[in-house]
Amino acid sequence: MHITSPAFKQNARHALADANLQRALSNARTGFVEKRARAVAALPEFEALREEGRDLKNHVLAHLDFYLDTYAKAVEANGGTVHWCETADDARRAVVEICRAVGARTVTKGKSMIGEELGINEHLETAGIAPIETDLGEYIIQLRKEPPSHIIAPAIHLNREDWIEAFREKHTALPADRAFAERKTLIDEARSVLRSRFLAADVGITGANMLIAETGSSVIVTNEGNGDLTQTLPKVHIVLASVEKVVPTLEDACTILRLLARSATGQDFSTYTTFSTGPRRAGDLDGPGEYHVILLDNGRTSMIGTEFQEMLRCIRCAACMNHCPVYGAVGGHAYGWVYPGPMGSVLTPSLIGVDKAGHLPNASTFCGRCESVCPMKIPLPKMMRHWREREFERHLSPSAARFGLGAWAWFAKRPWAYRLAARLGAGVLGIAGRKRGRLGALPLAGGWTDGRDMPTPEGETFQARYARLKKQGLV
Amino acid sequence: MAGAETDARSRMLGRIRRGLKRGPLPESVASGLTERLKSHPRNLIPARSRIPRAEQLALWKANIVKEHGTVAEAASEAEIPGLVADYLASQNIPPVVRIAPDPSIAALPWGERPLLSVAVGRAEAQDTVSVTPCFAAVAETGTMFFPSGPHHPTTLNIMPETQIVVLRQSRIVGAYEEVWDLLRREQGSVWDGPTGTRFMPRNVMLVTGPSRTADIEQTIELGAHGPRRVHVILLKDEQP
Repeated sequence: MHITSPAFKQNARHALADANLQRALSNARTGFVEKRARAVAALPEFEALREEGRDLKNHVLAHLDFYLDTYAKAVEANGGTVHWCETADDARRAVVEICRAVGARTVTKGKSMIGEELGINEHLETAGIAPIETDLGEYIIQLRKEPPSHIIAPAIHLNREDWIEAFREKHTALPADRAFAERKTLIDEARSVLRSRFLAADVGITGANMLIAETGSSVIVTNEGNGDLTQTLPKVHIVLASVEKVVPTLEDACTILRLLARSATGQDFSTYTTFSTGPRRAGDLDGPGEYHVILLDNGRTSMIGTEFQEMLRCIRCAACMNHCPVYGAVGGHAYGWVYPGPMGSVLTPSLIGVDKAGHLPNASTFCGRCESVCPMKIPLPKMMRHWREREFERHLSPSAARFGLGAWAWFAKRPWAYRLAARLGAGVLGIAGRKRGRLGALPLAGGWTDGRDMPTPEGETFQARYARLKKQGLV
Repeated sequence: MAGAETDARSRMLGRIRRGLKRGPLPESVASGLTERLKSHPRNLIPARSRIPRAEQLALWKANIVKEHGTVAEAASEAEIPGLVADYLASQNIPPVVRIAPDPSIAALPWGERPLLSVAVGRAEAQDTVSVTPCFAAVAETGTMFFPSGPHHPTTLNIMPETQIVVLRQSRIVGAYEEVWDLLRREQGSVWDGPTGTRFMPRNVMLVTGPSRTADIEQTIELGAHGPRRVHVILLKDEQP
């Protein structure tokens, strides 16, 4: 996937000015948050489950070599194959080889963020194999030739008219003047178009929400059932999974499942949670004849033992981005790669380099909502701060920002100068905004005041007020 | 496994161990972890499903109805074909069904309903209604478990527009963990995998209502790719 993370600032500016995007995001901003809050309130043990989930994942990461090795042995004992892939390139090559070995012409796909990370669709097309996304959200963005903007709701940036336009343009076998009276009409049309694709596909590719060491199973969670059709009907099932997805037992998987849907969509449980354990067995009337797992590293094992290890607890529920004021304002495309929002701001620099993704950990107000809703209790703001420090140490931050921080540090180390400058600033701004009580424009801060007003300071600095109130015995 | 991948495996495991600042786990620690896999201890299970039996059954029903499933009750197995026919008629669905090749379904007195056309086997593209058994269901969320096997092809759960499920009341339990233990007990066999026992069939689907999507404007619509309707016939096989 083409990386536009270095252009985050321009991307964000365009997003803020895009009226259609802002309309689509306004649907999303409240829905996910309210649904999650209701589901969490209905489960008194939710907080205790979060703690168990965190401890469980920490245990797995501390013994990840053991659990991966055990998982792989279990898959093989079930007649499946594990492909250990260090890089995205290795993984792409393995997928194409498996497809070629069965002479595949079309491949159906369930939603997979690892698939996005690999850019597997483009790669299959180059190899002459047609990939067909089957999750409805992924399907529409494939028709529109754009990347997902959210990790569980890939088409969250679109409105109904966008769907109608794309269906009219691409489903040319259907009458051009057909009516789309309601959302259901669109869904029925997609269902019938995609059903024939499911039946014709030679290979089905899905992601994995978890891998289970005890049984060698992969787990997918969906609401549409597309993942099940994808992995049941073709001759071959390929699972794309990254190394941190492994959990020890089915009981451990249940702990995570109790957290996942509630945190993601606010459901108590997703409609379909499916455990796949190897290829078709003797006597089975359906199911794939081959079962392959692409076990992807792509930079993750190098995060172990660093200050970013805890990010590997992430279960990709999207609660952090659903609750993020920055994501809610600019949407997912602005982040410029696969993973948007707070989890993306931490993970993306690890996977593609802080030189390319340094803007992302800066796109945060450190309000802390992401950490407060994370089912795995990942300290996202702390890790964004680590990236900012690394970016500063490596002299990657822009010179204006470095100059600003340097200037601030000079004043902060000299209290007399700081007091003087603050008094001057607060006084001038207080006079400038006296009439309206707010300021619509500020020198050097146009980027900030274009989108909002700055409340006028009262003219007195915090330190001066504190000293005055203390003298009066009020603090 | 190809040589290059064997190397990739050892390099990936090596990087993990370097990150953790240790070598391979000592045998005593590794065998402890294997023991944990074999004993699979339960973690926290929400209290909501640990309630008296009658309430547990009511909770299962309330949950599956909340998730847009429908429920009819059968006092005996003999009633089931009639309930299937009545349901299809009430929904204006042609009386043609594909039933699971499971003795508990195939042996029902289908012949007493001559207007109902019945075929046995996996689902094919033209099948619109399936009738399947249910291994077990959980009160906690209404979820039903469908392990695959020669008697229960997976396609029956996912291809037809309507799935009719025959669930025995005695197979409703509180939480997911209880179903895994039923599978371990009833389907376990010797295995050369790490735990020595295999009980997982190729596929286990946990289904909580009909297929749905919220991908268009974040509004839920039923009937995305899987069944539009999930109708459960609850066989009252427990003494009150």
